[in-house]
Amino acid sequence: MSRISSTFASLRRKNKTAFIPFLMAGDPDYELSLEIIKTVDRSGADLLEIGLPYSAPLADGPTIQKSSRRALDSGFQPRQVFEMVEDIRRESSTPLIIMSYINLIHKFGMENFISRCRQSGVDGIIVPDLPPEEGEELKKISSQIDLIWLLSSNSPAGRIDRVTRAAEGFIYAVSTPGTTGSREKISLEIKNTISKIKEIRKIPVCVGFGVSRPEQVNSLAEFADGVIVGSAIIEVIERAVNSSPGDIEDADSGEDAEIKEKSPASINQQNLLSQLEEFIINLTEPL
Amino acid sequence: MSVHSKTKKVDRETGKFGEFGGRYVPELLVPVLEELEEAFYHYQDDPQFHQEFEYYLKDFVGRPSPLYYAERLTKKLGGAKIYLKREDLNHMGAHKINNTLGQVLLARRMGKEKIIAETGAGQHGVATATVAAMFGMDCEIFMGAEDVERQALNVFRMRLLGARVNEITRGTKTLTDAVDAAIQHWVEHSDDTFYLLGSAVGPHPYPVMVREFQSVIGRETREQILDAEGRLPDYLLACVGGGSNAIGLFHPFLDDKEVEMIGVEAAGLGLDTDKHAATFSRGCPGIIHGYKSYVLQDENGQITPVHSISAGLDYPGVGPEHSFLKASGRASYESATDQQAVEAFKLLSEIEGIIPALESSHALAYLPELASQLDQDKIIIVNLSGRGDKDVYTVAEEMGTDLK
Repeated sequence: MSRISSTFASLRRKNKTAFIPFLMAGDPDYELSLEIIKTVDRSGADLLEIGLPYSAPLADGPTIQKSSRRALDSGFQPRQVFEMVEDIRRESSTPLIIMSYINLIHKFGMENFISRCRQSGVDGIIVPDLPPEEGEELKKISSQIDLIWLLSSNSPAGRIDRVTRAAEGFIYAVSTPGTTGSREKISLEIKNTISKIKEIRKIPVCVGFGVSRPEQVNSLAEFADGVIVGSAIIEVIERAVNSSPGDIEDADSGEDAEIKEKSPASINQQNLLSQLEEFIINLTEPL
Repeated sequence: MSVHSKTKKVDRETGKFGEFGGRYVPELLVPVLEELEEAFYHYQDDPQFHQEFEYYLKDFVGRPSPLYYAERLTKKLGGAKIYLKREDLNHMGAHKINNTLGQVLLARRMGKEKIIAETGAGQHGVATATVAAMFGMDCEIFMGAEDVERQALNVFRMRLLGARVNEITRGTKTLTDAVDAAIQHWVEHSDDTFYLLGSAVGPHPYPVMVREFQSVIGRETREQILDAEGRLPDYLLACVGGGSNAIGLFHPFLDDKEVEMIGVEAAGLGLDTDKHAATFSRGCPGIIHGYKSYVLQDENGQITPVHSISAGLDYPGVGPEHSFLKASGRASYESATDQQAVEAFKLLSEIEGIIPALESSHALAYLPELASQLDQDKIIIVNLSGRGDKDVYTVAEEMGTDLK
């Protein structure tokens, strides 16, 4: 049984819903990002999802796009994530999932990517622009690593069936049609998709996209095995970056330029980490 | 002239061109693309759909477009005979309308009320706004802020035609960012919105669908050159950004082994600078915007910024079928710099009385090298994909003339 599966099994025994925070590797830079991930891990993560920054993140809304951009602008490159994972593994056994767009994996070389995942202690991979139809090759070579597929409320029955049977670890259910990002309301339509999945197979299903508030976590916890929260956490980081006293040369140079001008070194690290801790404790209270 | 003809069946399952193409998209888009694929293949077999398409191509677009013997250009270059396929004479001045017309007819049959599209130079945006206006549909165009500035005239035309222009200010603020934004918008609104993609790129079925709608160019050309010369051409020449005008010209000739095909991409300030859009010369296989093809990317797989004087060629990917044609050796791909394109732009204006689009000027720019080396009994057909009115400000600036 994979580390992901056994984590869900143990949560089920305790009748608990998994909390899975998403963070972008390298945002705002390598060092602080590593501290952020460790802090979030300690604050109550049952699994961790770590994104690789990409220049054209199709499935992501503005918050994660900007997070990607900050990481890349700091000079962080995707391959450094393995170093980061090794570091996290020294003190944590929380199941760890890498989110990467397919072009990064393709450029890395699929076999090379997977073997680096294995060596560093990654447990699963989510590839948001790789539907199972295109994922045969990756699946073939990725033993010991769970390939996590997505389903959404608009997935037709036949598709739900195929994906569910092929699934490993858990299924990522997309809450609302759209890109990632905090939303006022989350449609509970996904509940139907989850029921259909459960009729086929008793595999854990976690809901993500748009989850940002404790009451949303609460209502999802009633029928999902886990909730995934990304943008809402990253917004805490974004606020800290934007309000840090950076040396801005031109106050009118717009938001993007403003972010670039600020060095992560000027962020009050301790403040940010305790804000994140507080945010997560609050968010996961219903769990 | 019949617009409709049987084309070779492609793999209906995946839309793969060898290792290229496919459907690399977020899960949410898979059912949407499956619905589109189903509708496309359904109406591909429907004579009524083709009848309507042909009717509008003839009476609204003004097809067939002429195949014009460029006599003075031929003499000037002193080699092969040069013909120009005059897509610049289409309604609204470019080949883009062949595709937007086909897709809007499909959108109507699918019951979609809203049309969205990305645009680089603005030609596809204008062509989309045109057909949306013609059928009274809601239309929103995504365009990079830099392109909005470079192509103010087209932006105004789109607005005149009733479209909203959504200016994209992130990333490089060009076509690639406009595509990202349009796809993201579509993900959220696919229930009532049709994404009218402008080139033979994107996830399946777009590359197949756009090629089919653009193949009218090659089918007409084939008949026209047989009428004029009694034989097929030796060379087909077309500019390649996403590659829709090129694939539209090439595709009906694929089985004619004697016809050589050359696509010309944008070398910008030069292939050895970091300011170009030469996907084949400097890219390698990867995945972009939902399909596998040659992609301009860095050693880490990050998509690199691109540059071309022509906003329509300013794109880091290329249609997957072109990648297949390159890999199989059926077509070859060359490049022309900004400067070479501007020279070709001026040359055709001066000696043929035709102002070509800067995009098409890249194809023309390869002529001196090609035509002059060939005997006078050889025939080259260049796809003049659009007219250059939209580019006169850019070229004037390049020539140091202040029009303001």
